[in-house]
Amino acid sequence: MARFGMVIDSAKCVGCMDCVVACKTENGVPEGFNRDWIEYEVQGKYPSLHMEIRSERCNHCNNPPCVYCCPTGASHVHDLGGVVLITHNVCIGCKACIASCPYDARFIHSDGYADKCTFCIHRVEKGLDPACVSVCPTRCMSFGDLEDPNSEVTRLLQSRNHHALMPEAGTKPCILYLV
Amino acid sequence: MIQELTTTRHNELIDPVLHIWGWQIPVYLFLGGLVAGIMVISGYLVLKGQYKKNVFSCFYLPQISLILLSAGMLALFLDLEHKLFVWRLYTTFKIASPMSWGAWILVIIYPVLLLNTLIRIPVRFQNVIPPFDRLSAFINKHPLLIKNIGIANMLMGTLLGMYTGVLLSSLGARPLWNSAMLWMLFLVSGLSSAAAFVHLITDDTYERELLAKADNAFLTLELFVFGGFISGLLTSSRVHIQAIRLLLDGSYAAYFWVFVIGMGVVIPLSIQLLAVNHKIKHSPVAPMLVIAGGLILRFVIVFAGQESHWTSGWIR
Repeated sequence: MARFGMVIDSAKCVGCMDCVVACKTENGVPEGFNRDWIEYEVQGKYPSLHMEIRSERCNHCNNPPCVYCCPTGASHVHDLGGVVLITHNVCIGCKACIASCPYDARFIHSDGYADKCTFCIHRVEKGLDPACVSVCPTRCMSFGDLEDPNSEVTRLLQSRNHHALMPEAGTKPCILYLV
Repeated sequence: MIQELTTTRHNELIDPVLHIWGWQIPVYLFLGGLVAGIMVISGYLVLKGQYKKNVFSCFYLPQISLILLSAGMLALFLDLEHKLFVWRLYTTFKIASPMSWGAWILVIIYPVLLLNTLIRIPVRFQNVIPPFDRLSAFINKHPLLIKNIGIANMLMGTLLGMYTGVLLSSLGARPLWNSAMLWMLFLVSGLSSAAAFVHLITDDTYERELLAKADNAFLTLELFVFGGFISGLLTSSRVHIQAIRLLLDGSYAAYFWVFVIGMGVVIPLSIQLLAVNHKIKHSPVAPMLVIAGGLILRFVIVFAGQESHWTSGWIR
């Protein structure tokens, strides 16, 4: 069974926010909200500082707390690639899923339901990449099946060191960052 | 050494600090805990045969509980962002979701409370709703049924009290809530608030004396549970230590030490210890402080919990 994920080369990402703009345009994300965003992480002691620039979004976790805590089943794992989705007309807006997400990837849409990245499932079903991946000018983002040994994402993970966000949270994220 | 995160995200209610739940959820958790405690107390008094002496514990207490629980559910409803779809809660049961459990527990609690009110209907309410009178007569013909109603109230009350804590502790992304002691803390706090509430409004001397003593026991137990809650998080991972420090010496320390521990537990416990030992007269001061402390505890835990995060050691 396919397991969709994203591999992002943090050494190539320049934080241009093209992915953010593409997502907002493609998905009609309301003003003032973001399904994806750029995070700059700085560590070290001056002058030995290290900066990682990351394009972040819902991690479509293998162990998704947002799905477990949802009282209505609005948050669910889609059959196609294990993508975590929300059925808008089943969501009651209780916000438990928002509280359960260690990545703060969800928000309340201006229409009242919980919203977040869908990996552009409507594009993926047509064989296209998610909007953010398709517009990246540095080609730092790759999307594909993490279970397929011949996919680009698997080959990238085999060839480079990588890390997930907050692995200690135990959510088994499907977005991995090459270092 | 610098650890700094800068984000371009600025989602409402999420950034810079999570604040998805306002006053409604603490009020809902408090009223849920209070009703849970009242059900346990009322069930116990039914088992002790108190309904033979007066109608307070078996009629007015569950009636008040029905009103308080409905007020709590109204607060929960007001918090929902997609209100028109609230009925979706009752189209499914999600075994892994504490909120789904809570929704169904609340459905069972209403008839259990209603049955409690039917053990003995006061004269002025008799023949108002004839089916209730017939049901009451049936219950009174079966003393074992009365005992079972008492036990059901105690069991469902305990479940409800536990649920109010489990609801938060299951949300592992917020380190302050991620404690197995939270359900016990909310259950004991609910019991102490309920004991104080009954102590405050009952006109039966036996019940007042009994519940003042019970409240002292609950408040003492609550101090131990606080100890377990604090030490559990203090001896856990870095993020859990930072989370509990929000209460110990962080931005919620003043509210926690002054209003929750001081005015909510220690001072009323001292007053009530003097009262039950007949050094001073019973007064409404101690129970009112306990009730206020229970409410403020929910506010502090809900608000500070939202502030706690897995990256809370970072400059954001």
